[in-house]
Amino acid sequence: MSLASSWRTRKQRLSLKGEICPHCREKLFPPRDICPYCGGPAKTEFAFSGKGAVYSYTTMHTAPQGFEQQTPYIAALIKMTEGPLVTAQLTDVTAEDVYIGMPVEMVTRRISEEGEDGLINYSFKFRPVLANSMQQAAAR
Amino acid sequence: MRDVCIVGIGQIPVGEHWDKSLRELGAEAVHLALLDAQIERPEALIVGNMLSGQISHQENLGALIADFAGLRGVEAVKVEAACASAAAALRQAYLLVAGGVMDVVVACGVEKMTDTAQDNTTAALAAAADAEYESEHGLSFVGLNGLLMQRYMYEYGYQHTDLANFAITAHRNAVNNPNAMFRKAITAEAFAKAKMIASPVCLLDSAGIADGAAAVVLAPSTLANALAKPKVCIAASAAATDSLALHDRHDLLELAAARISAQKAYAQAHTHPGEIDFFELHDAFTIISTLSLEACGFAERGRGARLAMENEISLQGRIPIATMGGLKARGHPVGATGIYQVIEAVQQLRGEAGANQLAGCRLGMTQNIGGSGANVITHILERVS
Ligand SMILES: [Zn+2]
Repeated sequence: MSLASSWRTRKQRLSLKGEICPHCREKLFPPRDICPYCGGPAKTEFAFSGKGAVYSYTTMHTAPQGFEQQTPYIAALIKMTEGPLVTAQLTDVTAEDVYIGMPVEMVTRRISEEGEDGLINYSFKFRPVLANSMQQAAAR
Repeated sequence: MRDVCIVGIGQIPVGEHWDKSLRELGAEAVHLALLDAQIERPEALIVGNMLSGQISHQENLGALIADFAGLRGVEAVKVEAACASAAAALRQAYLLVAGGVMDVVVACGVEKMTDTAQDNTTAALAAAADAEYESEHGLSFVGLNGLLMQRYMYEYGYQHTDLANFAITAHRNAVNNPNAMFRKAITAEAFAKAKMIASPVCLLDSAGIADGAAAVVLAPSTLANALAKPKVCIAASAAATDSLALHDRHDLLELAAARISAQKAYAQAHTHPGEIDFFELHDAFTIISTLSLEACGFAERGRGARLAMENEISLQGRIPIATMGGLKARGHPVGATGIYQVIEAVQQLRGEAGANQLAGCRLGMTQNIGGSGANVITHILERVS
């Protein structure tokens, strides 16, 4: 990722800022300004909670350039509580333990080795929701 | 719109051509296609290619291939639609001839993939996905197919090996294709033991990448009458798009663009899946074969894998696919693949498919898919007597 692209996408990468369509109320992540559901303009910012569940996953044994050092790693589609799917790596979990439907939450992590412009890329990953925080949530 | 025929075909065997450059591969395919058509000079050349800029640091392929094919001076341009680049080139050529703008146009797909290291090729191919939100997280193209396959198996209760027959059938058919890369049958045991790339996608779920070039010559039906070869017309040419990113799909397990382009193609050709004699589908991954069969109406949702399990995709089956080896075993030189598919369909319809010849076929369908279903181009070819 280039320096410019990194700066441009910082809000979505570091705090899951997306959009909500003022016309059909669909929530959009990543932000795209034009709603793919109704075609109307959708520039209202919406912050996602970072909570969701694994929708699908894959263990990457052969990696593209920049990710070779990390294999094997788990990449996933996360179904966010608010609706949209998001692509991200899973962290703090092994391939044996991950399953479709596993509750996960967003964390910020370094995602790849130094890229263009000597930049270290930080972005979101998802990790299993810790057992005690789930109990707390249930108690609330 | 005029009726358009494919009057010439030319292909280079798919493989690792260390001794040939991008331009040589493309020029040779164009030359062979013009020889087959017995035509000296087309009015235009449309080149399909995906990776030349990234791998060979070469763009401007229209002029380059035209020049080296001995056609300096003709109008020529490159079109790109990821792995569907070749079918996109064919469709542009088709539109020129069908619209009456030109009489003879060549479409050529060319790809040179072996001039670089494997991880570089993997990264280049990932450019077909959403760079900012998929590739950025370490998803390769294979990884995206892993996500599709895992969800498919989960929703419909399949095992990984239930999809093995897609690969086994393709390899069996490639044995008899002199232009195929892997002319060797594989067993169910080999499939089950194959190396994982991005689980559940293993090495034998995915098509081999390679060098290749293929070209076809298009002309109006009236001009084709003068030629000696059996006449094959383009009965339909249709394209549709979907989101690049899987996470942006409204329904992950439906290839909506495949469905839409197939439906448009059936309408143009006044036909339906029941009348299609064979289907050269985009079997870059076994899961894509499955989803493509479902999207095009050959199987109900969640039942695409059943067609493979029940052997309905073999040369003797209800809907033969990959009749000359498909992407899986003929090989997948990405930006050239769509025209290999069309050439194989022409061979079947002309009766030139050798040991894999399907008896009495009249309608063949081809489908070229760019990205994980983002750009889908479907053609229906018809033998006209
Ligand atoms: Zn909307």
